[in-house]
Amino acid sequence: MSILSVEDLGIEFGGLKAVDNVSFAVEAGEVFSIIGPNGAGKTTLFNLISGVYTPKHGKVLLEGRDVTGVGPHLLARKGLSRTFQNLQIFFRMTALENVMVGCHRHERMNVFAHLLALPSVARQNEATRAAALTLLSRVGLAAYADTVAGSMPYGALKRLEIARALAADPKVLLLDEPAAGCNPVETEEIDALIHQIAADGVTVVLVEHDMKLVMRISDRLHVLDYGRTLAEGTAETVRRNPDVIAAYLGSHGSKEAARAFG
Amino acid sequence: MAEFLQFAFSGLTVGAVYALVALGFTIIYNASDVVNFAQGEFVMIGGMATVFLTALGVPIPLAVVLAILGAVVVGLLLHRLAIEPARGASSVTLIIITIGASIFLRGLAQVVFDKQFHTLQPFSGDTPIVVGGASILPQSFWVMGGAVVIVVLLWAFFNHTLIGKAVLATSANRLAAKLVGINTGMIMSLAFALSAAIGAVAGVLVTPITLTSYEVGTLLALKGFAAAMLGGMGHPLGAVVGGLVVGLLEAFGAGYLSSDYKDAIAFVVILITLFVLPTGLFGRASVERV
Amino acid sequence: MSALLNHRLAVPAVLIVLVALLPLVLPSSFYLRIATLVWISAFAVIGLNLLMGYAGQVSLGHAGFFGIGAYAAAVLPAQLGVPGIFAVVIGAVASALIAYLVGRPILRLKGHYLAVATLGFGILVAMVINNEAWITGGPDGIAVASLGIKKLLKSAFGLKVKTAELWYWIAGAMLVVGAWVAVNLVDSPTGRALRAVHDSEIAARVAGIDVARMKLVVFVVSAVYAALAGSALALFNGFITPDTAGFLHSIELVTMVVLGGMGSILGSVVGAAVLVVLPQLLTMFHDYEHLLLGLLMMVFMIFLRAGIVPGLRALVAGRGAA
Repeated sequence: MSILSVEDLGIEFGGLKAVDNVSFAVEAGEVFSIIGPNGAGKTTLFNLISGVYTPKHGKVLLEGRDVTGVGPHLLARKGLSRTFQNLQIFFRMTALENVMVGCHRHERMNVFAHLLALPSVARQNEATRAAALTLLSRVGLAAYADTVAGSMPYGALKRLEIARALAADPKVLLLDEPAAGCNPVETEEIDALIHQIAADGVTVVLVEHDMKLVMRISDRLHVLDYGRTLAEGTAETVRRNPDVIAAYLGSHGSKEAARAFG
Repeated sequence: MAEFLQFAFSGLTVGAVYALVALGFTIIYNASDVVNFAQGEFVMIGGMATVFLTALGVPIPLAVVLAILGAVVVGLLLHRLAIEPARGASSVTLIIITIGASIFLRGLAQVVFDKQFHTLQPFSGDTPIVVGGASILPQSFWVMGGAVVIVVLLWAFFNHTLIGKAVLATSANRLAAKLVGINTGMIMSLAFALSAAIGAVAGVLVTPITLTSYEVGTLLALKGFAAAMLGGMGHPLGAVVGGLVVGLLEAFGAGYLSSDYKDAIAFVVILITLFVLPTGLFGRASVERV
Repeated sequence: MSALLNHRLAVPAVLIVLVALLPLVLPSSFYLRIATLVWISAFAVIGLNLLMGYAGQVSLGHAGFFGIGAYAAAVLPAQLGVPGIFAVVIGAVASALIAYLVGRPILRLKGHYLAVATLGFGILVAMVINNEAWITGGPDGIAVASLGIKKLLKSAFGLKVKTAELWYWIAGAMLVVGAWVAVNLVDSPTGRALRAVHDSEIAARVAGIDVARMKLVVFVVSAVYAALAGSALALFNGFITPDTAGFLHSIELVTMVVLGGMGSILGSVVGAAVLVVLPQLLTMFHDYEHLLLGLLMMVFMIFLRAGIVPGLRALVAGRGAA
């Protein structure tokens, strides 16, 4: 059984089919990348899978169970987490607090205990704080723990989002352009981090524009163009697919394409 | 039937005033994202200034023009001295500033004018006109007609003049408007001036029917804001429809159900509408982009 | 030093000292009464600040809950013979229930739409109080029976306390407890979830936060704060009018939140103090009272746009760094 699969997924915005009959299945432990030119519908696909949008047709299955139209907070509890292409950081909270929020689904939500600061709340706060600190060190941000996120550099925020998503202890992690806007050093770090996450047994679904990173890291790729599936397979098969090359660079650009895909 | 017509006309008269206040909200909101709770004070200034100028012996037409000009000056000063210096503050901070402005203007009015209720002579006498069994004050036609004229003029201004289109462009995308060379600062001043003028006209027109005092602005701002939200914030047609609907709901509610609860009826309808259409009658639902 | 100031319990501690020492410098029971009014308003404002400053949700109708608390304390003992203290509890529970029922549909709305919906709710409450004169006394207001604490103290302990003093201490204790509960909430998973909702609702949802439930929780909590403050005001004043539930009072509460500083518990007390004390000071300017009040509100908000407490804190920090 695939850990995550989508069947005939589709959504329209004002008549435009942003995602159209897309199907694929991701196996547990894989790094599965979704690529395609700008506007191909990659982020929209993520929004459909993570419950931000409700699909017009088709199904999303998590561990074989139908989760189509289930809200993001319930999906988080079922083990699906994600990051965002344009940062969705809690800018007024510290880095540590951001990750602590990520731990939310493991915390007991007894409001009366919270209002009265019962001893159990203090214990839980400590446990959450410790877990969040561990995660911050894991992404290399321990030094920023008490820094307000709004004053952190962009590259660090990218990793902070990953740490926050990991705090939910997901089975499937959707990463939306984790290396976008990062310099080569930061990209290296993200690369290593994704490897490490996958090695820990978390299934990673990746949207990314840095083709070198994608080709190096992915077990399989799924190519979208104009909201439709163009190709699927290993890095090797996809990079030789003439449709993919044409979609990226027009039908005359095979040489440039070869260079781009490394 | 006569009763129905009677309520309908009184609803449309009050609704026309609400519509003009709501339009004022909309114009300023579109140009600057500010929800201006001092909008009702423009109505007050229009009415009170006309009353006091005529009492000084200024002929009515001149008094009206001066009152409108006075409101425009107040609107420009409000923008220049209170809104502009707070540029970039959060929207709720800006709301508190406009509430402060509204308290200030009320305080000013009670010093410059007084704390009494005042009225103006109806423009065309006070012999009711009978329509289908309902008797309607001639001044009601002035109010409704005035609202229609303003709406038509605004429509023409926004669609057929360069500067009107610049206002629309600014409300659609301020940065883009700035990049194509529109002086968005001037557009905001214009929006405050325009809103002030519209409010003042409403104040002049309605004073012979509802009386005026330094305090009338608060309730009008509240109703105008509710009407603008009912229509869909930032939507001029929505503001007009919202205003008329609130006016009609009040009139029919007071007539057929309970005059004690006329405001409640309007607000219950607004609440129900927003539960069904969370962005008002004409507001477009936005897709969350992440 | 700064670690001490940033400790969770710093604000309740500061308030204990303030409440304990203030009577030493206040020259007469008139000033004691004004301080009591500040504590009561601040209590309501702390609750509203949890909603506005932490969760980022506006309410222009909180005086409605304040009015429910006030009229519960006035009407239940008079009409049904309910003992005063139970009336206060019933008022708070009723407020919580109404907030729950109203909040479920209303809190789906965003920004100005939420503002107008809460405004509508507040107006409905005020209108019922105004119009159902057979229960509420209508626009003229209604007398509120005292709780009988003074008599109790005298008969049980032989203590003689002035009403002004008694209510100063009751309101002061309420404020300290209210601030303590608020900082507890802020420093808990609920508090973190609320702040997360404020900064990015979508990211909060993805982190597993039930955003609708969180908004509802804080709406109910803030309604209970308002209701308890309303009851306290009614019992302290011995008389209550529909204005306590009115639109202008709602606006006043919101202004106190923003003026003092959104997301600052201490700011809630400062905001309440400014808006309670300022009009008292300005009465000596007679006709110029409103003019000056409006002017000062604008000046404060233009120059300290984050609110008085966060604004001053930033100023001090900036000077310290320079």
